[in-house]
Amino acid sequence: MSETVSKTGRWIDWANPTRFMSFAGVILPWLAGLTLIVLAGGLWMSMQAPDDYQQGATVKIMFIHVPFAWLSMMCYTIMTIAALGTLVWRHPLADVSAKAAAPIGAVFTALALITGSLWGKPMWGTWWVWDARLTSVFVLFLMYLGIIALTRAMDDPAKSARATAILTLVGFINIPIIKFSVDWWNTLHQPASVFRMGGSTIDGSLLRPLLVMAIGFTLLFFTLHLMAMRNEIWRRRVVAMRRVAARNADRGPVQ
Amino acid sequence: MRLVAEKLAGERGGETLFSDLDFTVAAGEALLVTGPNGAGKSTLLRIIAGLLARSAGSLRVVEGSENSDEVAQLAHYLGHLNAMKPVLSIEENLEFWRAFNGAGKRSVIAALDKVGLGDIAHLPFGYLSTGQKRRASIARLLVSDRPLWLLDEPTAGLDKASELQFAGLMQEHLGNGGIVIAATHLPLGLEVAGELRLGASA
Amino acid sequence: MGALFVREVRLGLRSGAGILIGVLFFLAVIAVVPFGVGPDLKLLARIGAAMLWIGALLATLLGLDRLFQADRDDGSLDLLIMASERHLLTLTVLVKCLAHWTVSVLPLVVASPLLGLFMNMEPAAIGATTATLLVGTPAITLIGAVGAAVAVSLPRGGLLVSVIVLPLTVPVLIFGVSASYGAVEDPAPFLAPFLILAAITLFFAVLGPLAAAAALKSSAD
Repeated sequence: MSETVSKTGRWIDWANPTRFMSFAGVILPWLAGLTLIVLAGGLWMSMQAPDDYQQGATVKIMFIHVPFAWLSMMCYTIMTIAALGTLVWRHPLADVSAKAAAPIGAVFTALALITGSLWGKPMWGTWWVWDARLTSVFVLFLMYLGIIALTRAMDDPAKSARATAILTLVGFINIPIIKFSVDWWNTLHQPASVFRMGGSTIDGSLLRPLLVMAIGFTLLFFTLHLMAMRNEIWRRRVVAMRRVAARNADRGPVQ
Repeated sequence: MRLVAEKLAGERGGETLFSDLDFTVAAGEALLVTGPNGAGKSTLLRIIAGLLARSAGSLRVVEGSENSDEVAQLAHYLGHLNAMKPVLSIEENLEFWRAFNGAGKRSVIAALDKVGLGDIAHLPFGYLSTGQKRRASIARLLVSDRPLWLLDEPTAGLDKASELQFAGLMQEHLGNGGIVIAATHLPLGLEVAGELRLGASA
Repeated sequence: MGALFVREVRLGLRSGAGILIGVLFFLAVIAVVPFGVGPDLKLLARIGAAMLWIGALLATLLGLDRLFQADRDDGSLDLLIMASERHLLTLTVLVKCLAHWTVSVLPLVVASPLLGLFMNMEPAAIGATTATLLVGTPAITLIGAVGAAVAVSLPRGGLLVSVIVLPLTVPVLIFGVSASYGAVEDPAPFLAPFLILAAITLFFAVLGPLAAAAALKSSAD
C-alpha cells in the first residue's frame, strides 16, 4: 500500500516541470559530454574502416546514414509513447516531449533522405528513385512536417496537445499500412533501377563503427531532445508571464 | 470648419432607414446619434466615413468659404471592430496605423500612456482583455491627427474609469477644434453635445 | 506603403505555420504524383515541369482567400478603404499582394528545385521551371486577389476563390509550362513563352489590383 503511494508520488514528482528542469540541468552537461566522446570515437573508427571493394569511400556515408534512418523511426516511436502519455495518463510533460521531438525527428529524417540520396547517386545515376524504402521514409518525413504544422498552428498548448497526440497515434497505426502499400505499389511497377545492399552480411570491421555511431547519434538525440524540452517549458513560462503582465497592467487608466 | 449634411438619406438592404436628414456640426461641437436598434446609427456613421453610399442628399466639409467632399480623409472611424492584429504587439499595430494614416503630433507611446497601456506596449494585442483592446484602439485616434472622429458605440467594453478617461480625451479633442460624432445609447459624459435622434419620426 | 508591406510580412511570418503549410502542401502534391503514375523515372522526368507548375498553382491558391478576409474580420479593411484618398486603394492591394507573394509563394519557388530532383528532372529543366515559377506565380497571386476581393464578404469563400480563380490562371499555366519545356526540348522555344509569361504578370499587376480595389470598395456594408 505504502509502496504504491510512494511510487505514484515519485511519478508525480517527475511530472513536475520544475523538478524536470533541475534534473535536466544536472544531466545535460554529462549527456552532452558523453555524446561528444562517443561520436568522436565513432567518427575515428569510421575513418579507420576499410573502403568497400565496389563502392569505394562512398560506403562511409553508411556510418551516418544508418543512424539517421534508425533515429527517424525511434523518434516517431517516442512521440507515439508521448501521445499515449498525453491521452491516457495526462502526463503534463508528455506533450512537451512530443512537441520538442517532432522537429528533431524531421531533421534526422531529412538527413537520412539526403545522405541516402548522396549514397545512391553513384549507383543509381540519379539523386532520387522511388524505391519502396526511400518512398516510405519520405512519407514519414511528410508526416513529421504535418505534425509540426499542426503544433504550430494552434496557440493554446492544451488544445494542440490532444489534437497532435491523436494525429501522431493515427499516423503510427498507419505506418504498417503505408509500408505495405508502398511495397505493393513498387513491386507492381517493377522499379527501373535495382538497389540491393550487395546481399552480403556486413563485415565486422564495418559493423563495429556503425554500432558506435548509432549509439553516439542516439545520445545526441536525447541531448537535443532534453534541450528542446527545456526550451519549450521556458517558452511556455514566458507566454504565461506575458499574459499575467497584461492582466496586471489593468490597474486603471492614468488620469 | 463645419460638417454639413443636407437631405441625407441612407438605406440598408433596399430599406430606407432615414431620409431628409439635415444637420451641421461645427468645430468644437459633439453630435450624439441616438435611437433604437436598427434605426440606422451605424449606417449614418459609415455613410459619413464614405464606407457606404448615401442614397440621397449631400455631405460636405465647409472650411471658410471652401467646400470639400472629401470627408473620409479628415475622419477617424472607430467601429465595433478594433482593426488590430492579435499576433502583432500593441506598439507595432499602432506604429502601422500611424505610418499609414499619417503621423500626428503624439508618438505611439505617448498615446498609449494616455489610455493607460504604456507599460505593456510590447505585448501582443491578442493577450489583452476586451477593455484593454478597446483602449488600444482608442489610442489609434490619438496617433494620427484628424479633426473628425466618427465613433460607433465607442465605450462598449470599457469600465467606469476608462469611460471617464475617454470622455476627457474627447473633451480635449473638442477643445482643439475637433468634431465628434458618436452613435451611442449611453451618455458619453460630454459637457455639451447636440443630439440627433434617429427612428423617432418613422 | 512601406509600413503596410512590413506589417503584412510580419503577420505572415508570425501567424505560426503559414509558410510551412504552403510548402508542405506543394511537397505533398508532388509526392503523390508517382503513386498515381508509377515510379518510372523517364515518365516522371517528362511530366516533371508540368507537375511542379500544377503543384505550385494549387499551393499558391491555398490561403489566398484570407488575403482580404482577415482584414475584414478585424475591421482593418474599413480603414484601408477609408484611406483611399490618401493611398490609392489599387496601390494598397498591390502592396498586399506583393507581401503575400513574398511570404507565401516565394518559399514555394525556392523549394521547387528540390522537388525537381524528386521528379528526376535534368538540371536545365529544373532551372527553367524555377525561373518560370519566379516570373509566373506573381500573376497567380494578382489574379487571385480579384477572386479574394469579390468573395471577401462570403463566410465560406475559401473554395469559391479557387473555383473562380483557376480558369483565369490557365494562360499562366500554359506559358509557364511551355517555357519550361522549351528549355530542354529542342524545337520548342524558351524565350518567347517566357517573355509572354512576364508580360502576363505585368499586365495583371495593373488589372488585378484595379479590379480587386473596385470589388473591395463595393463590398463594404
